[in-house]
Amino acid sequence: MSTATPSATATAPRSAGSRFTRWLGDNVVLLVGLLVLLYMFTPVFVVILMSFNDPAARNSYSFDGFTLDNWTNICGPLGMCEALRVSIEIGVLATLVATLLGTLMAFAMVRHRFRGRAAANIVIFLPMATPEVVMGSSLLALFVNGGVSGLLGFWTILIAHIMFCLSFVVVTVKARLAGLDPRLEQAAMDLYANEWQTFWRISFPLVFPGILAAALLSFSLSFDDFIITNLNAGQEVTFPMFVWGAAQRGIPAQINVVGTIMFLIALAAVVAGDVLARRRAGR
Amino acid sequence: MSAAAPAGAAPTEGTSAGTDLVLRGLRKSYGSFTAVHDLDLVVPSGSFFALLGPSGCGKTTTLRMVAGLEEPTSGQIMLGGSDVSRLKPYKRPVNTVFQSYALFPHLSIAENVAFGLKRRGKKKVDAEVAAMLELVELSDLAKRRPAQLSGGQQQRVALARALINRPQVLLLDEPLGALDLKLRRQMQLELKHIQTEVGLTFVHVTHDQEEAMTMADTVAVMNKGRIEQMGAPEDLYENPATTFVANFLGQSNLVAGSVVEGGGETVALDVQGTRLTAPRARLATDAPQVWVGVRPEKITLTRAGSPAPSAAAGNLLAGGVVTDISFVGVSTQYVVRMPWGQELSVFLQNTGAHERLVVGDAVDLHWSPDHTFCLDASQDARAGVEEDES
Amino acid sequence: MSAASHLPGGGASAASDDAPRKRGLGGYLLLSPGGLWLVVFFVVPTVTLVATSLYDPSGSLQLGYAMTWHWQNYTDAVVDYGPQLLRSLQYAVIATIACVLMGYPLAYAIAFKGGRFKNLMLVAVIAPFFTSFLVRTLSWQYILGDNEAVVSLLRWLHVLGPEGHLLATPFAVITGLTYNFLPFLVLPLYASLEKVDRRLLEAASDLYASPFTAFRKVTLPLSMPGLVAGTLLTFIPAAGDYINSELLGNPTTRMVGNEIQDLFAAGDYPTASSLSVILMAAIVLLVAIYVRRAGTEELV
Repeated sequence: MSTATPSATATAPRSAGSRFTRWLGDNVVLLVGLLVLLYMFTPVFVVILMSFNDPAARNSYSFDGFTLDNWTNICGPLGMCEALRVSIEIGVLATLVATLLGTLMAFAMVRHRFRGRAAANIVIFLPMATPEVVMGSSLLALFVNGGVSGLLGFWTILIAHIMFCLSFVVVTVKARLAGLDPRLEQAAMDLYANEWQTFWRISFPLVFPGILAAALLSFSLSFDDFIITNLNAGQEVTFPMFVWGAAQRGIPAQINVVGTIMFLIALAAVVAGDVLARRRAGR
Repeated sequence: MSAAAPAGAAPTEGTSAGTDLVLRGLRKSYGSFTAVHDLDLVVPSGSFFALLGPSGCGKTTTLRMVAGLEEPTSGQIMLGGSDVSRLKPYKRPVNTVFQSYALFPHLSIAENVAFGLKRRGKKKVDAEVAAMLELVELSDLAKRRPAQLSGGQQQRVALARALINRPQVLLLDEPLGALDLKLRRQMQLELKHIQTEVGLTFVHVTHDQEEAMTMADTVAVMNKGRIEQMGAPEDLYENPATTFVANFLGQSNLVAGSVVEGGGETVALDVQGTRLTAPRARLATDAPQVWVGVRPEKITLTRAGSPAPSAAAGNLLAGGVVTDISFVGVSTQYVVRMPWGQELSVFLQNTGAHERLVVGDAVDLHWSPDHTFCLDASQDARAGVEEDES
Repeated sequence: MSAASHLPGGGASAASDDAPRKRGLGGYLLLSPGGLWLVVFFVVPTVTLVATSLYDPSGSLQLGYAMTWHWQNYTDAVVDYGPQLLRSLQYAVIATIACVLMGYPLAYAIAFKGGRFKNLMLVAVIAPFFTSFLVRTLSWQYILGDNEAVVSLLRWLHVLGPEGHLLATPFAVITGLTYNFLPFLVLPLYASLEKVDRRLLEAASDLYASPFTAFRKVTLPLSMPGLVAGTLLTFIPAAGDYINSELLGNPTTRMVGNEIQDLFAAGDYPTASSLSVILMAAIVLLVAIYVRRAGTEELV
């Protein structure tokens, strides 16, 4: 850099134009990146916009006029809020179970030595590498062969959701745990903390951000899932299934209200988490 | 080896034998690899004991076994007369200052220091924590987090966090390794000072020979899972018992020779046809073939044929040629090629008393017979030579 | 995110070599609840799926199926649904490439140019995905709709003919796939790029590498683990997806997922299962080849 300066000053002061070109050269990646982000946000803008849509016809998916009706009458469409309730229930239960079991597995994988680790790793990895439609049909094949096809519904959906959330929890918590210096736990033990105290006072608080991230991921995976759910739902209707059904008949604008609310809640959670982390670090 | 080792380090003057740290036949194997070989060791209560050795010599494993973080394959660890070798780490009256400190990042400095007391059920810890932070001069940082502290400050927190529990033995695992040289020297003095002040037993693991010699009362040099030699720092330096110790602790010139006559207080040696003498007490072997050793700073150089200065008179190796000179401030280091091809190092203090030599000068090497030692010729003359240093 | 991972002198290397893992039954105890869940509801079903794919297709859910090692299910599936299968893989490959073209600059920008907005940009990558998958896919119906801005602009530019449209075309399906799986590429790639030591790039430019050469010879190879993981996480779900095809495509853009779903809905379990197994096998094969190439050869 410094060697270039004399030659630059020797010729002529740089024009504003060339400085702009140079800046552009340095930041072209950033610009492209921001454009891609814009692309990713476009559908969100549409969803938010559509939540205020006053559709002219049942089947029209174009912006026909502004209204607040969708927001004041969220549960207007028949069955939508019922489906939403089912999705939230399944999401919460699946998140709780998957986060608990997955966290235990992550601790086993990172902190313990046992035979069959490699096999365990594969079994944990495979569900993430299997297309949903294959996983869904496998489970359906199991339920059908097991003679429980009549019982398809809430519980089979829950079983499926816990299954596919588990791997993601293990991977997320494992990453956090692997970055945790085991000497911290050893230091705690050295300072008279027994196994239980070591876990609750050292390991858990330090891994907690990972566990929280895993739980958020689980909930969003579960809440969003359609393909596996659809195969194993029986007569139960979750929110994505409701949307799917509605897409064939004509989409009620309230669906976009739910999408917007989900987006805002998630955003609020992330911002709150960040503020909390910052405040902690700054103290 | 192992049973004989403590001989040099038996200043068990006090009657504190009851709280000594005693290792008996301590062994740790990982599969077919044995990291620590049947170690026998007594660390007297109140002493500053250093385990010195290159990385992978088993010193850290030994320390971790004492802390309870590693389970011995066999053997015993006795502390204050009772066997603690199978106790969980949190049941042992031992605390560790970890390499890279292992401070709890989510707790404040004060909370870190209070951790051990609280786990042992103490409710009111504030006064003790304040006093301890005072001792390590960190009182005004009590509310900070570890990440906000410098390396030296973190090191002192780690020390305070361990010391506050008044352990019977404090274990230090390369505690100064992460600090830069200047800070390390300063912390060495501080550590030594604190140890004298609190009077606890310190067991200090390090690969830095200077650190070990500066701080410890007793140094045990470890190599390949065994203790090579143990004793007071000066003793080890002046009377190395093995080539490993001779090379790992400072530098040594080792020249092949043989004992030709050894009846009395001194023995006569033959080195490349030259006759040298050494005190009988400094023979570390009974075999006739030996490595004849002398430290580089004990040698004086004169131009070929000139008489020796009186202090260094006695042993003379003639016919050297200076091949390299490096000036290092307090001393000048010469490399001298001998007629049989071996290169020897000579360090001369820059006192102004020496004649300036240049590369190519023909020189003689003189040193006192008292500074000559003899080691077993079957040992590797280059064992313990640190390639990256010097 | 917090200080734990940035301890001085500690870090991952210390974590890996110096800490022997605990032995004993504890590991199994922690592993078994979740492990059993995965075995019972993932491994066993996969085996069942393979078994079902060999049942006699003349059976039915009500009457039950007979295991007749009916390999013909596979040939039937390939003959009847070969085009959809190929189309799925083709769409998935194109979508994955599109994801790399968009995702790499984004991940790179976040890792190297993000500065103090790094976390914010990461949140921005994830945030859109909290609106439901189906809802945001539906919003593409609007964006690509015949009467909306994008199509009008393209018609005006004569990129599209006056009757040309985007919705219900392969383009729309691939756009949807690309959009929906982009974060799965960006996040692992970002994680890899983040770890690249800036000093390596300085060293490269010190050794006469142009910025582009430095990227090609240093950054790109070092980001390969993230790129491989990201492309797999994009390709695999994209190949099995049928939502985008159903909501944004037309009958000629049907993918294998659509067929599997419909076959199950119609109760033809043996054919549906064999088609699932074929899809899985095709993916495993492609992934194996890909990982091999990416792992052993320099990707330039």
